[in-house]
Amino acid sequence: MTFLFQVAAYVFALGGAAFLFRLIGRNITDNAPYFRDMSAGVAIGFAIGAFAIFWVLYTYLVNFSGWWSRDPASNKYFFFYVAIHGLIIFAIVAYAFRWLGRNIGTEATKKLFRQMPATASFGILVIFIYAIVSIFAGFIAPYGQEEVLKTANLAPGADPAHLLGTDQIGRDILSRLIYGGQNTVGIAFATTCLAFLIGITGGFLAAIKGGWIDQILSRSVDALMAIPQLIFALLLMTIATAWAGNNGLLVTLYMILIIAVLDSTRVFRLSRAVGLNIVVMDYIEAAKLRGETLPYLVFKEILPNAYAPLLAEFGLRFCFVFLTIASLSFLGIGIQPPLADWGTMVKDLSTFLSYAAFLPVQATLPLMAAGAIALLTVGVNFVVDWMLQRTSGLKE
Amino acid sequence: MSDQEILLSVRDLKIEGRADETWNPIINGSSFDLRKGEVLGMIGESGAGKSTVGLAAMGFTRDGCRISGGSVVFDGIDLVTADAATKRALLGKRIAYVAQSAAASFNPAHRLIDQHTESPIQHGVSSKSDSEADAMELYQRLRLPNPEEIGFRYPHQVSGGQLQRAMTAMAMSCRPDLIIFDEPTTALDVTTQIEVLASIRDIVEQFNTAAIYITHDLAVVAQMADRIKVLLRGDEVEEADTRTMLSNPQQDYTKSLWAVRSFQRELKAPVAIHSTPVVSVQGVSAAYGKVPVLHDISFDIHPGRTVAVVGESGSGKSTAARCITGLLPPGKGLIQFDGESLPADYRQRNRDQLRQAQMIYQMADTALNPRKKIGEIIGRPVEFYMGLKGAEKRKRVEQLLEKIELDPATYIDRLPSELSGGQKQRIGIARALAAEPKFIICDEVTSALDQLVAEGILRLLADLQDTLGLSYMFITHDLATVKSIADEVVVMKEGKVVEQGPKVEMFQPPHHPYTDLLLSSVPEMDPDWLTNLLNERGVDNIGDAASAKI
Repeated sequence: MTFLFQVAAYVFALGGAAFLFRLIGRNITDNAPYFRDMSAGVAIGFAIGAFAIFWVLYTYLVNFSGWWSRDPASNKYFFFYVAIHGLIIFAIVAYAFRWLGRNIGTEATKKLFRQMPATASFGILVIFIYAIVSIFAGFIAPYGQEEVLKTANLAPGADPAHLLGTDQIGRDILSRLIYGGQNTVGIAFATTCLAFLIGITGGFLAAIKGGWIDQILSRSVDALMAIPQLIFALLLMTIATAWAGNNGLLVTLYMILIIAVLDSTRVFRLSRAVGLNIVVMDYIEAAKLRGETLPYLVFKEILPNAYAPLLAEFGLRFCFVFLTIASLSFLGIGIQPPLADWGTMVKDLSTFLSYAAFLPVQATLPLMAAGAIALLTVGVNFVVDWMLQRTSGLKE
Repeated sequence: MSDQEILLSVRDLKIEGRADETWNPIINGSSFDLRKGEVLGMIGESGAGKSTVGLAAMGFTRDGCRISGGSVVFDGIDLVTADAATKRALLGKRIAYVAQSAAASFNPAHRLIDQHTESPIQHGVSSKSDSEADAMELYQRLRLPNPEEIGFRYPHQVSGGQLQRAMTAMAMSCRPDLIIFDEPTTALDVTTQIEVLASIRDIVEQFNTAAIYITHDLAVVAQMADRIKVLLRGDEVEEADTRTMLSNPQQDYTKSLWAVRSFQRELKAPVAIHSTPVVSVQGVSAAYGKVPVLHDISFDIHPGRTVAVVGESGSGKSTAARCITGLLPPGKGLIQFDGESLPADYRQRNRDQLRQAQMIYQMADTALNPRKKIGEIIGRPVEFYMGLKGAEKRKRVEQLLEKIELDPATYIDRLPSELSGGQKQRIGIARALAAEPKFIICDEVTSALDQLVAEGILRLLADLQDTLGLSYMFITHDLATVKSIADEVVVMKEGKVVEQGPKVEMFQPPHHPYTDLLLSSVPEMDPDWLTNLLNERGVDNIGDAASAKI
């Protein structure tokens, strides 16, 4: 009963706060249209938002005990702090990056950054950092990815030589995270490019030619799409692993091919649909009547007009490919050890999660690999959202 | 009219639109009064702000626009400052709106009558059954066929002209005091347009409704409006009674609008009997799949001549063009070029055959690749057919741009989206000229353009014909265009050639009944034209009159 009363009291307080907020807003602004026409739902939304911010601030201030506390008493809020601090740091970095973009560079890039929402500039920054780290992994990483050092299970921060500590068999985790980026992101990028090459070629061919070519391509794609993707990939990977034997490189190559073909089905669907819309345009008809060849039509007339949706799809597809690779690695049949990879790292370090109550800092280690995946996915999606909005806005 | 009380009073209305992070003025202070039962015609080119003013008369602006000053007082209520609830109570009930494209404005998932009765029920004006009965009565008054039954159809099951009338009926459903018509007949054929115009005029008179009639067609506004207001780029040019405005326009801009229809080419000598036609269409029949579209059509196009092909939409004009270009190989018949037969399919024609016949499209927006610069668009045929590259190609492109009266330095590196509608159409012409053809098909090239701009295009085409000796096949549904540019006319209906001959003969009686119907349906500037025409046809039901004549 008390619980029910509590809930009722909260709801009542929220409603009252919302009503007051709207009333005060109306009186202060002398009935400005924004407050005048505000619906009850919007007002309650404001109240909930205010309540959430208040709760976060309160919890943060009351329990604060140092920026990177190992104090067992504050364990309950350890991840809360990590999240809040991470958010603050990312926000500052994103704003700084946007400020730089707005003030440095050519007129065109400055304008681009001025029109960009903060989320998009953050996404660009994330992608930029990932690209730098992945490309120069060999220079940045303090140790090799396969290098086994002396002490295993070293906690993060315990030894300045190993900033994030070491794993169960004594490999430097920071170095493995950096190399993991190179492997996972690099392979995902190659796979996505291959998937797009296959998908776009097939899709545009089906759109222009139509008839039986379209039928054959589309029906094969339907057949491929009918089987759940991850399970199908697992099945094919099992076969591929058997063929490849102990050759880790060959397994990776098979994986790229398999995921590329499976993902190209989605690209095919999109590029066929986009292509069909462009093929009916008069300028394509004009080019056909001029006597232009098929490659000219595809690459010079159609492709430039399909960039926007395809680029947006590229961002999304990249995330999915990336997640598929991580999932396969987590299941043990993706990127083969000793190569570092984020999916495998989550799996290897996941035992630390059980000790979260006693060793909160160690428990963040599997989350770091998982967070690296999540951050890139979020960053790419921010950029993709922005590009979609921009292109649809241009079309009016 | 002046004894009626003022219903809508717009004072110094200013509207701004957002572009490139700043607010730019769209309407710089518009003022007018509208009395009960009065029809105000609003004309101007596209971009003049007609629709924006029309929508603002309902207290509404499009996304990205805002009313930045002035007042719109409807029956004592200022719609600019009124709150959402007040406006909700007025819109649909006392103020209604009829959009340009009824086909795009009806919800395709609901029956007409359900959409019709929505606002009376919403506003509590009448019950469902009452408003359905009323809908049928309105359908009858608007002369829709089967008024009892037509409401139960879905929008796609009704023709364009009928949809436009159904939308007018819908606007009348609450018996509003004010209706805003936003180009209600622009998308319709001339013969259909008359039916819609007559219905709208009748019903507005019957219910003493005030209306704002937005259009760019002077002849139409002359039939409909009591007063006319001319707008130019957000500024008011002048406002006067219809008859005063037509007989005695004050401003230069208004006079130039009135003068457009006077463009006329001089007549050419008749074609020599033994001359070889550039293009000869001989007994062509064609079909889309199994649906026959063309039935045994034949006509010739002689060197340096313009043949206008006229007819309503769906009459097969464009299909005939597709047969000539080879996009749709005809089932029967021959296409000859300079006395030689062409392969039916364009894929079998050689590069020279393709080069000789070029095409200019109706919608310049879809005819130019939006991702290519003007220099590339015009340069491609130059490179493809003439083999010119680099500086030579650029020089040729510059020549072509000069020919179409555009400054090469300014335009050669622009994208199509940075050009106006008329300029885009000129680029389309330049692309056709780049192939150095003998024969050009112009498919409704002026119908998407404003009258002044369209006239410029027609003059350009006429000049090019004189200097380059081109032959045109000019597809159009606008008889005014035919009058100004054609040498010979081919009238098509339902895939057949109804009548053909030199222009002089075609515009003089006796006509084929269908040609007569087309000719008499073209609105004239005389404000009594519609009334006289209806009297002449002598029947209440114009639709019947039209079909009875054929």
